[in-house]
Amino acid sequence: MVENPAEGSVDIPEVKWSRNDYTRVPLWLYHDQQIYDAEQERVFRGPVWSYVALDVEIPNPGDFITTYVGDTPVIVNRDKEGAIRAMVNRCAHRGATVRRELRGNALEHVCIYHRWCYNLDGSLRGLPFRKGLKGKGGMSPEFDVAEHGMRPLRVAVHAGVVFATFSEDCEPLEEYLGPKVVSHLSRIFHRPIRILGYQRQRIRGNWKLYLENPRDMYHASLLHEFMSTFGINRFTHEGGLKMDDRHRHMIAWSRQGTDDETEFVELFKTNRVHESKMKLHDASILKCYREFDDGVTLSICSVFPNLVVHQIDNSLATRQVRTVDKDEFELYWTLFGYADDSEELTHHRLLQANLVGAAGLVSMEDAEAIEIVHRASAGDPDGCTIVEMGGGGPIRETDFHINDVACRGFWSYYAELMGIEPEGAVR
Amino acid sequence: MSAAAIEKAADELMANYADCIDDGRFDDWLELFTEDASYKVVARDNHDRGLPATMVLCTNKNMIRDRIAALLGATKYNFHYDRHVVGQLRVRPRSDDEWELRASYAVFQTSDEGRSSLFSVGRYDDRIRRQGDRLLFCAKTVVVDTFAIPGMLATPL
Repeated sequence: MVENPAEGSVDIPEVKWSRNDYTRVPLWLYHDQQIYDAEQERVFRGPVWSYVALDVEIPNPGDFITTYVGDTPVIVNRDKEGAIRAMVNRCAHRGATVRRELRGNALEHVCIYHRWCYNLDGSLRGLPFRKGLKGKGGMSPEFDVAEHGMRPLRVAVHAGVVFATFSEDCEPLEEYLGPKVVSHLSRIFHRPIRILGYQRQRIRGNWKLYLENPRDMYHASLLHEFMSTFGINRFTHEGGLKMDDRHRHMIAWSRQGTDDETEFVELFKTNRVHESKMKLHDASILKCYREFDDGVTLSICSVFPNLVVHQIDNSLATRQVRTVDKDEFELYWTLFGYADDSEELTHHRLLQANLVGAAGLVSMEDAEAIEIVHRASAGDPDGCTIVEMGGGGPIRETDFHINDVACRGFWSYYAELMGIEPEGAVR
Repeated sequence: MSAAAIEKAADELMANYADCIDDGRFDDWLELFTEDASYKVVARDNHDRGLPATMVLCTNKNMIRDRIAALLGATKYNFHYDRHVVGQLRVRPRSDDEWELRASYAVFQTSDEGRSSLFSVGRYDDRIRRQGDRLLFCAKTVVVDTFAIPGMLATPL
């Protein structure tokens, strides 16, 4: 998959893994500047497909949005022929941000600094006073406009979900995603969607902690007390973990209503977890319209390296991870429903938006959990995180909740891309 | 009530609202809402674009009660103090017993180790109603300029 992973311009310190199955991961990997710089090159600008948009965000020719791949600013637009294109949002001239708006419609992108003008494929159309004025000044005669566009990214779309890559050798998108994620995205995006709004959240932690968070199914019933108390998702539900063959992506799934409430309460009491006294005054938030034939009421799909797609009851959203620096990332939430939803169902999705995002009753804790890990782990050059729920050794799918196996999948693919795999590494 | 009397009473209501949150007196805070009150926290960019998604949506007082119950009994979040600074109020009549109330706010958060930072600025786009001899919020909409939320949004704004 990775031709020559260690061949990068960024040097990184030696990584000593104490185990080759990623059941122990050094804490300093969350905190090292050289690691972060190498990640931008080998992961985000490497042979991966990053999520950049939903195609309904740019329905018409000339529609654009600005986004990020890792911390690189990117324009995603629809060209005059209707094809989606992506390019680095940085002027070839002085490195300025070309498209400063978050969204809009335009036939060209013009940098305000010196009015350099780009086509919708990122190629440089022209620049003012290229030949100077009255025979004086101007650009060198050998300057070739064709060689100085905004750097294009390759784009591929599956089920209306738009991905981009810097890599020329990255495998085709559907191969990269694998059949399970392909069919999962087709399931969620099975009919036209309507965007309900966005949320932005800045978390003071390393971005990898958010890649691990959904992969750690062990935390869900423990950290998110509202979620387990009210039966949105529990260890005792039918559920499990699916992964692609390379274990870089994952889908956690759960069917609510498949457990025994009293058994759950008893289990949590005997395991000294929590004994919730909370009762709802208005339980309408808990209503779950069954939308999918498979009966799955909760699915969290994380696609390496920057996407989560969630279905939590009737709340649907994508979450894009945008790295800010080694100590911070932004989560960009896009909440949606289906274009043909009834007014009642739309209202219900908006009500269940209470569950998710920065103020989410079942998600605000993730920010706190990540921030406390990041804070406390900063000062420990020798410490490791323990990733052993569900056992060590080979990385395998599960038909149960209490595991963090997919975290090991994340680390194994991450280590491969970064060129830091241990001897005899599991994959 | 004269316009001046309403303005004075609205000022008192808003000051109470801020004090209750900053003091952590959420039972008292709940008493500042009518039974049919809505409470919404909206990102300014969604609001300006007419996108309906909110960060918090309570369409009646029971849902507001549930938010507080979750805050006190279920959700986990950063330990912090809140400090509201509310700007000049503008009060406009809607009917004999309802008024629109608009004001800018800033909320600073201070960690339990005493480090303060600006957490949120924005505005209140509220409606207040006279109920007996009291003024209460019947619709509170917090339009948040700081919609890239630092960390998490647990305590009401």
